[in-house]
Amino acid sequence: MSRDRFLACWGWPLALGVASAAGLIGALLADGMADLLATAALSTPMAAAAWYIARARR
Amino acid sequence: MASMSTTSLRTWSAIHKWSSLVCTLFMLLLCLSGLPLIFHHEIAHALGTLVESPRLPVDAPRADLDRVVGVAQAIHPGKVLQYLGTDEDDAGLWFVTLGDTPRDDAARRTVIVDARTAQVLAEPRFDEGVMHVLLTLHTDLFAGLPGSLFLGFMGLLLVAAIVSGVVLYAPFMRRLRFGAVRHSSARTRWLDLHNLLGIVTLVWSCVVAVTGIINTLAEPLVSLWRADQLAEMVTPYAEQPPPRQLVSVQRSLDAAQAREPSMAVSFIAFPGTEYSSGHHYAIFMRGTEPLTSRLAKPVLVDAQTARVTDSRELPWYVTALLVSQPLHFGDYGGLPLKLLWALLDIATIAVLGSGLYLWAKRRHAPVTRLATVGVSGPRPS
Repeated sequence: MSRDRFLACWGWPLALGVASAAGLIGALLADGMADLLATAALSTPMAAAAWYIARARR
Repeated sequence: MASMSTTSLRTWSAIHKWSSLVCTLFMLLLCLSGLPLIFHHEIAHALGTLVESPRLPVDAPRADLDRVVGVAQAIHPGKVLQYLGTDEDDAGLWFVTLGDTPRDDAARRTVIVDARTAQVLAEPRFDEGVMHVLLTLHTDLFAGLPGSLFLGFMGLLLVAAIVSGVVLYAPFMRRLRFGAVRHSSARTRWLDLHNLLGIVTLVWSCVVAVTGIINTLAEPLVSLWRADQLAEMVTPYAEQPPPRQLVSVQRSLDAAQAREPSMAVSFIAFPGTEYSSGHHYAIFMRGTEPLTSRLAKPVLVDAQTARVTDSRELPWYVTALLVSQPLHFGDYGGLPLKLLWALLDIATIAVLGSGLYLWAKRRHAPVTRLATVGVSGPRPS
């Protein structure tokens, strides 16, 4: 599989996976403002899913 | 992958189908019962069953611990003291647990005592009510350790379903852009939703599945710690008779606190209980940083002399269990994180439900058609 085709398939899943992992671990390591940042990072998968589902409905 | 052969595609499809089919109903039960459990604290608050300590100045002196256990013992004169617990969110509370014997958990009672005034605040029952039913269903299906291990095995199947689902994702998405949700038929719509929600929630669902599996091993892991590290720590006491008269709890805590001045007490296990030896108060200290406050370090205090006899870091498998708890419960980032946890839980319910629907709709089609549905016809690669 070429690099382009790999990225086309896995680019978004990888990016969202990294953001999720950062959020899950970040909230564990710090409190306060960091909790909000971590929650924001972990919410990117749901935001992406909501965006694509909403777009498909149009 | 693009080079995936029909044989391996068929194998991974079979793994995905059977691991999912076996665990899906249990996973739906876990997702549904887990949803209200995320908010157990908020629900208790709304129902007025959450016990909070009366407001007193922050520097109000703390009551002597022997008085605290004394008032609880007076309510249950026939029972023995088992544990003294703290509440991470409310430093003004002590949770005193008593049972018919040190290891009894059937007739266990809890008394909540004000840590400043030694007044009894509540005698909650943790073994009744809707939330207790949900929690027991969620942890062991009312079947004790075997039920817990069974759910752990279902969790392993879920992990197999997730891994095989990821392997199948690429061949399914070969001709589709990320996030495509086609509306050509109900079946393609649900297939695309299944793929989209499944792949975006991948990391979260893996973490919750694996930490859930570790949590099902809680009882065996604590037994292992007893047989391993705790046994080693109390070897010098092996031949001694149990203490007749227990020394002051307050003096014992003071000794532990002096040994670990930068830590705070998490809970105290009385002699003879699951978390201690017959001769010691096991005083579990925790750190004060966000992560270390979740961990614990036992300090063993001789229950006849109030002298510290040993203190060691917990072994890796108990630490893994302690770190798994917040990562499974989602209770470590405030209400926003809990709300997000609920959303991800609902997304997982959608993945499970759509998977079940897709299986029901393709029961009579051959296995190899599975991938062709996603790419509208096989093509050489």
